Amino acid sequence: MRRIPAAPLVFGLGTVLLMAGLWRIDASPERIWNGLSRLGWLVTLMWPPSPGGALPDLLHGLAESLAMAFLGTLLAALAALPLALLGAGNVVGSALLRFSARRLYDGLRGIDTLVWALVFVSAVGMGPFAGILALAVPDTGTLAKLFSEALEGADRRQVEAVRAAGAGRMLAVRIGLLPQVAPVMLSQLLYTLESNARSSTILGVVGAGGIGLALADRIRINNWDEAAFIVLMILAMVALIDGASRMVRLRLIRP
Amino acid sequence: MPAAAILAAEGRWRAARARRRRDLALGGAAFLAAVLAAAWIGEVSLPRLARGLPLAWDYIVRTMPVLHAATLGSDIADWMWGFGDWVALLGDTLLMAYVGTLLGVAVALPASFAAAATLAPGWVVGLSRRLLEFARTVPTLVLALVFVYAFGLGPFAGVLAIAVHSAGALGKLFAEEHENAALAPVEAVRAAGGSWPAQMRFGVLPQSLPGVLSLGLLRFEINVREASVLGIVGAGGIGEELYLAVRQFEYQDISAILLLILATVAAIDLVCGALRRRVLGGRAA
Repeated sequence: MRRIPAAPLVFGLGTVLLMAGLWRIDASPERIWNGLSRLGWLVTLMWPPSPGGALPDLLHGLAESLAMAFLGTLLAALAALPLALLGAGNVVGSALLRFSARRLYDGLRGIDTLVWALVFVSAVGMGPFAGILALAVPDTGTLAKLFSEALEGADRRQVEAVRAAGAGRMLAVRIGLLPQVAPVMLSQLLYTLESNARSSTILGVVGAGGIGLALADRIRINNWDEAAFIVLMILAMVALIDGASRMVRLRLIRP
Repeated sequence: MPAAAILAAEGRWRAARARRRRDLALGGAAFLAAVLAAAWIGEVSLPRLARGLPLAWDYIVRTMPVLHAATLGSDIADWMWGFGDWVALLGDTLLMAYVGTLLGVAVALPASFAAAATLAPGWVVGLSRRLLEFARTVPTLVLALVFVYAFGLGPFAGVLAIAVHSAGALGKLFAEEHENAALAPVEAVRAAGGSWPAQMRFGVLPQSLPGVLSLGLLRFEINVREASVLGIVGAGGIGEELYLAVRQFEYQDISAILLLILATVAAIDLVCGALRRRVLGGRAA
């Protein structure tokens, strides 16, 4: 009920900000019109999409993107599991450790994959390896956060039962805790894989491997029909990965 | 007789266990094959990983500012030498995200009613869904590349790229919100003679508005992150400055700019989180 008197104020401020923004980005009607006609012209250039005789190269680029997504996710999962155990309040009972682990997750995932790609291209050179690392680092943060939340939501009685049977702490985590959350974790892992399949297609723009390099090149040299073909290839791959991942996820949830 | 039953049960158990082990071995082998194939295509090997990780770590260490306790003030001033410019660029970035999100919502909201299976005829739903799907599957960065070419360098292209992608993503989520709305108010508006837009405005929107606002805020948070990297392809915002710093190996500038981006993103997340909770009120966040 409180928000009704605030509504005109919010709307007013929002509109002022929108106007300021439109002015700042220089959105004059003339510019929009010119841009749109140019865009229309680009679309006619894109039709019909054509691989331009480089289909094997493009397929290799796509496979490279897929491989980067897969290995990036795998690396992130391997790094995230121990981090998540450290940050889960019901595994390690230290509030300080939990707090610092949480901030570490935030720091890792607060920086975009593309920025990490820039960093890793400078650090380890161009190529898919930089892309894998760039995908893995922010995902480590995301997965560690999701995993630790899943761990904290687990039923503690099963852990207590394993402890009561005389098991040590490690064994209690392994037998009492992990089996409870494994399906949740796997499902989150599959979501990450889907998201990485998308991200991995653009990392090539900054030289971190995959199909993005070919796409950025085609756009740079105005080969719009080939650019359109590459975009269609990306869309097809994303749809394929989403479909496969959905199938696996359904099997995981209902074994 | 019981002994035979026990033997039979044990036989079934053994068979089940053997099957499970075989499935596990098959799955493991397939997984291993996938890892090896990916490593081969991705040009990764353990020696390369072992060589590369220290290099990456070394790079990150080099970006760290040199701060001495004695001269802390001037050291920080040195490190943040471009503070004013960077904050102005961050302001631009936020503005890009804001305008992009708003334009995206402006497109997504009408489209979402057409994409809600309970509210529109089948062929309209199918068509709108395909269009939204297309808009959200093309990565923002690819859209930015194309728009930079069409509209010229600068934040305008970035805003458009964000708007198109947001429209696709939000349209789908809004439609799901609308589908959860009760249909009785819609019928009431229709019975009172309301047109289809009036039915949507007065029958559906009041029910789905909290969800719509919350999703819009969530999208804004995502768009702030996206806007901060679009500068890499020349589409405005802080990303250009970051790209320059990386390209020119201005190590300490990289960490300074990244720190400012992180702080901005965290602040936006906090504010939007609070707003979202308030908008959703009694509903679970």
